[in-house]
Amino acid sequence: MRPFEEDFKLLDGSLQEMGALVARSIRRSVYAFIEKNEDFAHQVIRDEARIDQLEIQIDDLATSLIVRDQPVASDMRLIVVAIKISTDLERMGDLAVHIAERSLSLMSQPLLPEPLDFSPLTSTVESMVLGSLSAFSRRDAALAREIVVADDAVDQMRAEISHRVIEQMQREPSCIPRAQDYLTIARSLERIADHATNIAEDVIFLAQGVDVRHRQLEGTAAN
Amino acid sequence: MVSTSETKMAYPPETTAYAPENKMSPTSTEGTKSATATAKLRAANVNFHYGSFHALHDVSMEFQENKVTALIGPSGCGKSTFLRNLNRINETLRDTRLEGEITLDGQNIMDFDITEVRRRVGMVFQRPNPFPKSIFENIIYGPKINGMLKGTSAAEIVEKSLRRAALWEEAKDKLHESAYALSGGQQQRLCIARALAVNPEVLLLDEPCSALDPIATAKIEDLLVSLKDQCTIVIVTHNMQQAARVADTTGFFLMGRLIEHAKTDMIFKNPACKETEDYITGRFG
Repeated sequence: MRPFEEDFKLLDGSLQEMGALVARSIRRSVYAFIEKNEDFAHQVIRDEARIDQLEIQIDDLATSLIVRDQPVASDMRLIVVAIKISTDLERMGDLAVHIAERSLSLMSQPLLPEPLDFSPLTSTVESMVLGSLSAFSRRDAALAREIVVADDAVDQMRAEISHRVIEQMQREPSCIPRAQDYLTIARSLERIADHATNIAEDVIFLAQGVDVRHRQLEGTAAN
Repeated sequence: MVSTSETKMAYPPETTAYAPENKMSPTSTEGTKSATATAKLRAANVNFHYGSFHALHDVSMEFQENKVTALIGPSGCGKSTFLRNLNRINETLRDTRLEGEITLDGQNIMDFDITEVRRRVGMVFQRPNPFPKSIFENIIYGPKINGMLKGTSAAEIVEKSLRRAALWEEAKDKLHESAYALSGGQQQRLCIARALAVNPEVLLLDEPCSALDPIATAKIEDLLVSLKDQCTIVIVTHNMQQAARVADTTGFFLMGRLIEHAKTDMIFKNPACKETEDYITGRFG
């Protein structure tokens, strides 16, 4: 293997490591929220520094490869995608921290008058995150397309939760402070799904050289 | 740690909405398809033999008018041999054989007088090869033997040609000095000016910058881009970045075959053929 090929493998490996770390933080933040697990919430907050560090490391390696190797074709696409995916992953890590922080806040407060079921939203978001990372790891454009399609369902679930929270806020203003935490969590989950969708779109570009961003998918309604 | 190798989600069946749009057949590409109406030069099923060595295998390629086409590929792949067939320079070699057809504006170049082919399809070589004469005489040599001096002054042709080759400002005060007094980069631009002096419709360049430093190379590249308004350009280069910078379309040759010809942007972003990908990413060649 020539030296530049080792560097491309290192770049690929660093992205996968960052992806696994972010997926774990999201999983733990959701667990902290659903199961009221304080330890997991604190672990998510602690792990953010490592995620940030990996983002810098990946960007540094990618820019060095551009300068040194002037990559083209699939090598060029990997570098373009690596810089974008590392940014998405870093933001997903931040959003996991938001969920962990709101979960810690909610642990000391009573439930809403009508408890909400977040599990369809959390499981769909987690699946999208794992699916996008799996699509990247396998350069699987078909799986990536399915992630892009799934994003609309997340938007609908989040809208439904927000609607129900706001109704309760209107009926019982005393619950507004904790209701805002639920809204923040729902919005963070939806934003995580958006970043997973970005990653999936980047995987399609990486695997096939096709830019699918900002296009209407077959069978879905325009927002 | 959460595994990223499997997903829990039951995803819907694959949509075809995002079917790739840019995959191309190896030699019939958007670039060449759109060239059909305006192809200045066209090679059809070209085979070339050096004695018993079969150097080119069924090469078919079109060159669009007023476009730059780069030919790339590893040493010995046949790109220079192909280029040299485009103005019949290979005819000067013994024991060679050309099969297939090369047409200029739809007419077989074998039907032209050789002098007319060379006038209409000019060539610049790898190393600058000025004649051992003055700058002025280098430029005027072609127009003189082609009988182009009637009604036009030699000085006018020299100035116009040197301006087109971006050499006038540097050479105007030493037109009657030896061409060898010029630097390597200037000599190469003089050779381009000499080729341009007979108003060629096609300009062939065989690795014109391989002996030049980066500054001289940049000047030649700027020149090629500015010249394409006036003629059709075909350049053989080993410098992939040069092809990416100057060429509208790029053809990749391997072992005497044209593997892929497409828009340059596509070749360097997402080539259709694995051989092209492996070559341009440095994995072989």
